[in-house]
Amino acid sequence: MAVFSAAKSRVSNISGKKGAMPYLLLAPGLIFLFTFFILPIANLAQTSTQTAVAGGDTGEYEQTLHFSNYLTAFMDSKEQFGRSFLFATLSTIMALAIAYPLAYAIAFKSGLFKNVLLVLIVAPFFTSFLLRTIAWKQILGEEGPVVPILRTLHIIGPQTSLTATSIAVVTGMTYNFLPFMTLPLYASIDRIDPRTLEASGDLYANGITTFRKVTLPLSMPGVVAGTLLTFIPAAGDYVNAAILGSPQTKMIGNVIESRYFKIVDYPTAAALSFTLMAAILILVTVYVRKAGTEELV
Amino acid sequence: MKQISRWFGRNLIRVNAVVAFTYLFIPVAYTFAFSFNDSAKSNLIWKGFTFANWQNPCGAPEVCSALGNSIKIGFLATLFSTILGTMIAFALGRHKFKGRSTTNILIFLPMATPEIVLGASMLSLFLTLKINPGFWPTVIAHVMFCISFVVVTVKARIASLDPRLEQAAMDLYANEIETFRRVTFPLVAPGIAGAALLAFSLSFDDFIITNFNSGTMTTFPKFVYVSAARGIPPQANVIGSAMFIIALTVVILGQIVGRKRAVK
Repeated sequence: MAVFSAAKSRVSNISGKKGAMPYLLLAPGLIFLFTFFILPIANLAQTSTQTAVAGGDTGEYEQTLHFSNYLTAFMDSKEQFGRSFLFATLSTIMALAIAYPLAYAIAFKSGLFKNVLLVLIVAPFFTSFLLRTIAWKQILGEEGPVVPILRTLHIIGPQTSLTATSIAVVTGMTYNFLPFMTLPLYASIDRIDPRTLEASGDLYANGITTFRKVTLPLSMPGVVAGTLLTFIPAAGDYVNAAILGSPQTKMIGNVIESRYFKIVDYPTAAALSFTLMAAILILVTVYVRKAGTEELV
Repeated sequence: MKQISRWFGRNLIRVNAVVAFTYLFIPVAYTFAFSFNDSAKSNLIWKGFTFANWQNPCGAPEVCSALGNSIKIGFLATLFSTILGTMIAFALGRHKFKGRSTTNILIFLPMATPEIVLGASMLSLFLTLKINPGFWPTVIAHVMFCISFVVVTVKARIASLDPRLEQAAMDLYANEIETFRRVTFPLVAPGIAGAALLAFSLSFDDFIITNFNSGTMTTFPKFVYVSAARGIPPQANVIGSAMFIIALTVVILGQIVGRKRAVK
């Protein structure tokens, strides 16, 4: 009996240990995140209200709590802000439209090849994403195969090209974030018991009703996770716009990048970064509330 | 005609999958094909087939030193982020403690922050502290954004463990350390390996955060980005394609080993 209760107490130990142990495990990682995530963000906030030192060198700024930096920064680049959110939304919708049937096919129709197909989804990641983006530039370019085909089929006119257009940027973004959309979708669709779909059919629901009332609601966590993992990096992206776009398709990321490196205007760059982060966090919070799932992490 | 449309209706989902995979692999195939292009500098137009680039992948200036930097940074970032992230994952997955939801938020936030904000904020911290951007600031930045992904991956693995296995070990008089060493850790290990692989590929392929924090040091993605304007040397395509082949081999071997273990 004593042995039994001793074993039992040790078992209960394992499922909910208390004391110093969890804090020892957490401390190094959380101290690291505090130092190199929270502090930089706080420092960014601090930078965002600075102004140039009168008569100082380029890149020399002092704290003056100049909050109108935010207003000026936003008004100067509201066009790029709008474009970032438009492009991010478009590429998220397109990625969802491609990835949902794809994830469904892998989960339910692939049989023995499931693992192979999953590896293939991630495989393009292994070639540097910049190389792939530049490959798109050449594929969609004048010497590439796409433009002549579309011209022969009279889908585009002889003067129209695809490079340096919004279409090229959105194509590149959709492409780059597609695996981020597909994997969480697969994870949640794969968890659906196929018998629930059969049951729905037995109850005389047709394919569309089954999808709307059974499959889609059950895969909602995947839809939410996938759209977030696509939308967030897409909204802050500047590489696709820099490689595949033109000065007319600049996104907010391009503005922040050039403010930092070319103009050395740290306060404006910081104010823009902060506005971008706040806008994304607000959108994400509203979206997650509406979509009604809490299990994100 | 009717038959064809019926076939399409029935196989729509498979057709879509084929189209999606084609979309995914077109640029990879293109990169691979142009690694055999016989052009010395600008790799824009097909000039002829050659093995020369594969025989001499370091032929272009700077390409191999950039690759070396990327591998070093990737290795260090993977090592540190896997250790720190796994510890956090064990605390979250196996312990009760105060401040759990704060910890969860702190883990989630870096993933919900656009890379450009992460990169810019770290650069402004380094500038404030008068630390010059370069190798170590880049390593630190990579560890920072990899930790969250490690935590999420390892935590998922811990959550999928059957707690009865650990209870059985304890019933057999294994103490906590033995149980951890002989039962818990081996079961979680594949998750840790997966997390490490993920961390390495995130770090190796990262451009935005690296661009902000690396100063004059070049990494492989940075090399590609900078040389994009004047044409990327075919050696970069060789390295990209070789990485693809190596990584795919590692993953497939991992799957085979995993399956053999499962059969045993």
